[in-house]
Amino acid sequence: MAGNGISDQVAIIGMGCSKFGERWDMGPDDLLVEAAYEAFEDAGVEAKDIEAAWLGTYVTAFTGQLLAQALKLEYIPISRVENMCATATDAFRNACFGIASGQYDIVMVAGVEKLKDTGFTGLGSSVILPNTNVMPPAPPPAQFALAATRYFHHYGIEPDQGRNTLAQISVKNHHNGSMHPKAHFQREITVEQALRAPMIAWPLGLFDCCGVSDGAAVAIITTPEIARTFRDDYILVKGMGLAIGGKQGTLRDDFDFVHFPETVAAAKQAYEQAGISDPRKQISMAEVHDCFTITELIIYEDLGFSPRGRASEDVEAGTFTLEGELPVNTDGGLKCFGHPIGASGIRMMYEVYKQLQGKAGPRQVKNADLGLVHNLGGTPGSFSVGVGVFGTRD
Amino acid sequence: MAGIASYGAYIPKYRLTKETVGWGFPGEKAVANFDEDSITMAVAAGADCLGGMDRSRVDGLIFATTTSPYAEQQGAATIAEALDLRHDIFTTDITNVLRAGTSAIRAAADAVKSRSAKNVLVVAADQRMAPPKSGADRTMGDGAAALLISSSKGLAQIDGFHSTSEHMLDVWRSADDAFIHSGEDRFIADEGYHRILKEAVNGLLEKQGLKPADVARVAYASTDPRRHADMARHLGLAPEQVQDPLYGRVGSTGTAFPLMLLVGALEQAAPGDRIVVVGYGDGADAIIFQATDALAKKPARRGISGHLDSRDTIADYDQMLQWRQLLAKEPARRPPPQPMSVQAAYRDRDQNLRLYGMKCSACGRVQYPPQRVCTFCRSKDEAVPWRLADRRGEIFTYSMDYVGGTPDVPLVIAVINFEGGGRMLVMLTDRKVDEVRIGLPVEMTFRSLGTFSEGIHNYYWKAMPLREGAPSTA
Repeated sequence: MAGNGISDQVAIIGMGCSKFGERWDMGPDDLLVEAAYEAFEDAGVEAKDIEAAWLGTYVTAFTGQLLAQALKLEYIPISRVENMCATATDAFRNACFGIASGQYDIVMVAGVEKLKDTGFTGLGSSVILPNTNVMPPAPPPAQFALAATRYFHHYGIEPDQGRNTLAQISVKNHHNGSMHPKAHFQREITVEQALRAPMIAWPLGLFDCCGVSDGAAVAIITTPEIARTFRDDYILVKGMGLAIGGKQGTLRDDFDFVHFPETVAAAKQAYEQAGISDPRKQISMAEVHDCFTITELIIYEDLGFSPRGRASEDVEAGTFTLEGELPVNTDGGLKCFGHPIGASGIRMMYEVYKQLQGKAGPRQVKNADLGLVHNLGGTPGSFSVGVGVFGTRD
Repeated sequence: MAGIASYGAYIPKYRLTKETVGWGFPGEKAVANFDEDSITMAVAAGADCLGGMDRSRVDGLIFATTTSPYAEQQGAATIAEALDLRHDIFTTDITNVLRAGTSAIRAAADAVKSRSAKNVLVVAADQRMAPPKSGADRTMGDGAAALLISSSKGLAQIDGFHSTSEHMLDVWRSADDAFIHSGEDRFIADEGYHRILKEAVNGLLEKQGLKPADVARVAYASTDPRRHADMARHLGLAPEQVQDPLYGRVGSTGTAFPLMLLVGALEQAAPGDRIVVVGYGDGADAIIFQATDALAKKPARRGISGHLDSRDTIADYDQMLQWRQLLAKEPARRPPPQPMSVQAAYRDRDQNLRLYGMKCSACGRVQYPPQRVCTFCRSKDEAVPWRLADRRGEIFTYSMDYVGGTPDVPLVIAVINFEGGGRMLVMLTDRKVDEVRIGLPVEMTFRSLGTFSEGIHNYYWKAMPLREGAPSTA
């Protein structure tokens, strides 16, 4: 990879995020308007200033026409990006190249998902091409539970003890989410509540699973030179990594199910660009893809926040709480802020952006100057993972 | 010359037990799981029969059943794929009558005697339904049997046949009925079953110049235990000459029933023993076998004895009604199944029906499903097919889904590693929730994934905890 990639070549000058949750009264276009106009106001731009756009959505729309119609963007390039639950970070990454290449001065990235119109429990179907229908009809909780079962076994953790650790992650994210007015779930829970909740997919219970939400999030990006003309507290992109799995989890009989190599690879790309050698020390706060509590636990290790097999000890020590050494999911994460698939990666950036600007209110992490976004899609054994590192200006 | 070169059987793991109390007929019956049907049970019996044998030598397959899942679409062709038989073989279904199993033996024996085939696999399976808790429901069970009929004496040579044909409205089911109908029971016993079966057996013995006392065992089906016992008197058989009909343990298994009893008799026979098997329905087929010296050493098969005690009880009668889709269940709030692509199914038929993975010729690693480019060494198009269906494995990791809305909540999915390499993400069936653990030994089993749009039955392999009664050499 050439040099430092796109480090310090792209700046965020405005962001917006809709309220996440069950938005019965809002269609996907309404949600995009809600998020985009907040971003326009934050950046001090108008729709007519946008030269190109990238729209991330998993199942809500096929093309960029949804964004063009919602915001009346007239005849500009809009690419629709889909990369499962990592859709939004990948849309953002592609937009960065549009700026870094010198092709555009100001572009927008939007992510949106309208999940609550399906009437289904959990995610709807994502099958594009009819197939032979022989794969187990196992929704995401059962797929991620495969990793939990193996993780407990691999490290000799009794299931009760392991479930208690996972419950603490959920409790932390509920606590953080309770302080964000845009979060889907804003109620604190206890470890006991989490452990008593109905089983979804052993060993994962209800509170181990993230919310299924409607929502949209938007970023306006430009070059650092232009950013200075808009605001002093713009945020710099320090590194963007993306790694795609190829079903190694089941094709390879030596795949261990206790680490996710896509996260390791995407983080390595982003860390190299950002000059990060000791992520636990250097990173101020992180927004990671806690679709399930076990995912967050394994992410701690894959991102180098915790040594292999030691993430549980860091959870017990409170390392990742708001007051801890490296706060994670300060806005409640997918668990509580919610998970409208195509919007989630940009929602994570929205929190990092606010934290680095010192505008996170009661959730503010002290001296936050380097933030990380980790966005993951797929199932254990074959993921799409995007990792972004963001920093304050020098 | 024609003889039985090998035998096998299948009895579902699940038994209906306490629910039969109060039916006037104590005991239990074997019930197929929700993902089993006559095709999957036939595959299981066929696999038992062919264990350790060279499948490429099988040049015919006859499937006998009254409950083929399709009215138009050959069951034998599906079974032959799942059993990994050659494509250039003769396959056919014999259906619509309970003596289809014995008719299939006769057709197979005629084929090998006429030299149109050397080894014909006969598989018989049934999963019939009677109105819930009716008299027939009490006595009917599900099961399958398989016999490899070859042009040599084998384990038991076929000495002769006697068949009769007679239109008889005793038990029937029209194409649009789910349940069987029966005539008045005294009429069908006296004028049908007892008379016709007796005429067939006596006709056979007369042709052979034998008396009932010359026969070691007679294996015959019946509608119920009482008629079965009456029949022994009609035939002049001593109790030890009557093959145990497994009432109160398995139940009457339709076309498979006489063949399962024949397998039971072969498991107990000594060289030189004569065994008569009789199939009844619109006439009768009586066939006489004589055990050869080769039967002194029993083949390593689960057969009847291996399956009989490998059992688990189902929760209650409602459970069975749900399995048969006779009791409505609230669907989960999940997307309906996608339409199945018959084109993709055609393309993937070897990996899905034969369970072929691949073994890379360059690096030796096994992968499923087959890849053109090796996941381990990236060699392109340098692999050989690698059948996983007969291999055992163990659970590497698993989870249990409570929300997906499958009939077997919780749905257990598992990542399994095969002996000899290879890995697969599979559904686990015939399992107890509390026995599922990492390291659990499993075997593969061919199952129905249900009916998709336009009445397509989809078949695939699941894993199940290794059943007791497995031959050590399998």
